Amino acid sequence: MSDITLTINGFTVTVPEGSTIMEAADAASIHIPRLCHHPKLSIQGACRVCVVEVEGSNKLAASCCYPAEEGMSVRTNTPEILRLRRDIVELLIDNHPEDCNTCERDGNCELQRLARDMGIRERLFAGERKRYEKDTSSPALIRDPEKCVLCGRCVRICGEVQEAACLSQVHRGFSTVVMPAHDAPFAETVCIGCGQCAKVCPTAAFVEKDGTREFLRAIEDPEMIVVVQTAPAVRAAIGEEFGFEPGVAWEGKMFAALRRLGVDVVFDTQFAADLTIMEEAAEFVHRFTSGGPLPNITSCCPGWIKYAEHFHPELLPNLSTAKSPMSMQGAMIKSYWAERMDVDPARIYSVAIMPCTAKKFEAEREELGLDGLRIVDCVLTTREFAWVMKHMGIDFASLPEEEPDSPLGESTGAAAIFGATGGVTEAALRTAYHMVFGEDLPEDAIEFRQVRGLEGLRFADVPFGEATVRIALAHGLGAANEIFDRVARGEIELDFIEVMACPGGCIGGGGQPYEKEGEMPLDEERLRKRAQSLYRLDDDRKLRCSHHNPDIIRVYKEYLGEPNSHRAHELLHTYYYPRVPLGIRPQEAQV
Amino acid sequence: MLYQREVLDTPEWWRGLDEMIARERDANPGAVQTALIPVLHYVQDRFGYIPPKAVNHVAQALGVPTSYVCGVASFYSYFSMEPRGAYTVSVCQGTACFVRGAQAVLDEICRQLNVKPGETTPDMVFTVSDSARCLGACGQAPVMMIDDDVHAHVRPRDVQGILAQYTAKARHEMQLREELAEIDARSHHE
Ligand code: SF4
Ligand code: SF4
Ligand code: SF4
Ligand code: FES
Ligand code: FES
Repeated sequence: MSDITLTINGFTVTVPEGSTIMEAADAASIHIPRLCHHPKLSIQGACRVCVVEVEGSNKLAASCCYPAEEGMSVRTNTPEILRLRRDIVELLIDNHPEDCNTCERDGNCELQRLARDMGIRERLFAGERKRYEKDTSSPALIRDPEKCVLCGRCVRICGEVQEAACLSQVHRGFSTVVMPAHDAPFAETVCIGCGQCAKVCPTAAFVEKDGTREFLRAIEDPEMIVVVQTAPAVRAAIGEEFGFEPGVAWEGKMFAALRRLGVDVVFDTQFAADLTIMEEAAEFVHRFTSGGPLPNITSCCPGWIKYAEHFHPELLPNLSTAKSPMSMQGAMIKSYWAERMDVDPARIYSVAIMPCTAKKFEAEREELGLDGLRIVDCVLTTREFAWVMKHMGIDFASLPEEEPDSPLGESTGAAAIFGATGGVTEAALRTAYHMVFGEDLPEDAIEFRQVRGLEGLRFADVPFGEATVRIALAHGLGAANEIFDRVARGEIELDFIEVMACPGGCIGGGGQPYEKEGEMPLDEERLRKRAQSLYRLDDDRKLRCSHHNPDIIRVYKEYLGEPNSHRAHELLHTYYYPRVPLGIRPQEAQV
Repeated sequence: MLYQREVLDTPEWWRGLDEMIARERDANPGAVQTALIPVLHYVQDRFGYIPPKAVNHVAQALGVPTSYVCGVASFYSYFSMEPRGAYTVSVCQGTACFVRGAQAVLDEICRQLNVKPGETTPDMVFTVSDSARCLGACGQAPVMMIDDDVHAHVRPRDVQGILAQYTAKARHEMQLREELAEIDARSHHE
């Protein structure tokens, strides 16, 4: 493809043919304001915030969907355009609630920033307000259509990236609302709770269901023993909420913060990630060597699990029966640890800090409970955790580094990488190898670089003695569907599939910190840095295979017996069932 | 027209819909959302609205996510997601009609029928439309439409009489239908 040259605001820029004016402007370090546009989603051209003037044309052009042409001369900031853009944003604000001060997104809202950049300093008209009820039916997310500016990003990410197509824009004109089919309560739809809609929403029209109130009440309650676990991906991103650049996993500070919040016991989901690997690797080795069902599909992502239950009931037998690390940890806390400490499990308030909104749903799944007790009582997202720290006056930056408590706190490098796409597979391979061959992988073969990376879809053939393990990895459910389609068409045969619902895996989870000003949601550089911080943890750990974790060895010896033993099955495994409504995958983008 | 919804909601009817869907899908390869429009028309024209059951059915059979079907069905004013009355009454809200007292006519209709714009009378005879752009008959303003019939130069005091004609028509039709049903039932007995 050849290049074209044009001028923007008098500056010359050369870009590949087929670029839009907006892309050309980006390349020329000229920022054109935007709202509905997202680089990873189809072009909607709905908001018109990105208007520019093209010389020789009497119409203004929406730069996000207007192709740049050879010799074109574009103006992005004439007084007339600035005025028009300001009007466009003012219209959006006119029927928006006037409650920024108390809004979840205050200080990190694209609409606020647009208003600021447009120079809108007062509200001239009180436009007709949209009045809708909040939908609080889902355990994962709250939908608040009053805050919606109809950019359509949520509709597109849900349809195009997640292929859940739970949302669409319904009705017309002023009455348009983003809603699920039949305006059904969110809890009764195909929504999988992944929270990607909340991540891409420029406002607070989607936010996680609040868990902080309950958490704060529990730490004040002297009767309750508050036991907390934190997922790998949380440490990879929590620093961002306190002004640190991504790239460092702040686990020590995170543990220290929890103690200062008044939590009684600080455990680590990474312990349970090692436990998950023991169970999942044993299950895989069994399925691989004695006839299936194959491909074996990972089960630690609750977004993916709910998706499979709605959209792929035929794949349920292939899912690993292993509970997720969060739920394994919850089960161990309320059984093994409770017995050891001789406390009534009903007095334990089990909290999970997760990068994930779907985990809030997982925690409510009844079949995961133990003797009628929930094994995880409260799930906080990374964002909520950061808020709690600020609320309680924890100065994160100056905290010391501390260690988690024993015995459910110790973890290996294999557990740390769970948070990034490919991590579960790599961790499982390390231990599966040991289970099959009775020895560890050589030091220089312990890293499986071929399963790392950020491409939505990756394939790897891993030699396993004489045999080969054929692996596929997907993050984003559209990518996962691509794998299942190829398998169904007989184009490929696979032994192991890792599926994570969120782009990037849990490091890109729906509960992770919002991107910062100047970035779009799902910023790849940010994801890459978060992943690197976890791989660095792995690299720095002396123990890098789950089966070497001394606490893991101990719980099997003292309590569980063997991986996949009867006890292990009772506590650490689960089952799945088809759900209604039956999901329908979109075959084409919504018109 | 009066919709015989109870007659339509039979297994045969849904089979007929499936055939229609299959035809449209074959006629629009790789473009299920294009096929969706004629299918929705089919349902609308027969039921007089698109019931949730039909939305779900069409979504499954065509392979279009249910949320998208709702989006499309609610976007076009031709489609209705709620049962409409036998007759749709609308008053032009264009400028010419407005200045000649269209609002008073609409108010009178709502008063007579005891509904708000957008609502349907409990006996399912009338739906009062909440939107009607210029009908292109500005010379006859204000204009009121009942289904495809245009009523020109309407004054509020005409409203009662106009509506009565349609109520009578509807009653007649219902009576006919009952008689037919009776004949049907009798012939079944014999
Ligand atoms: S949580 Fe995920 S599945 Fe649910 S509406 Fe949002 S993007 Fe779609
Ligand atoms: S809910 Fe948010 S992302 Fe979705 S259309 Fe509204 S403003 Fe955009
Ligand atoms: S990928 Fe991770 S963050 Fe996203 S839904 Fe799955 S478990 Fe949650
Ligand atoms: S950003 Fe271009 S139209 Fe919305
Ligand atoms: S304004 Fe009513 S018909 Fe034109």
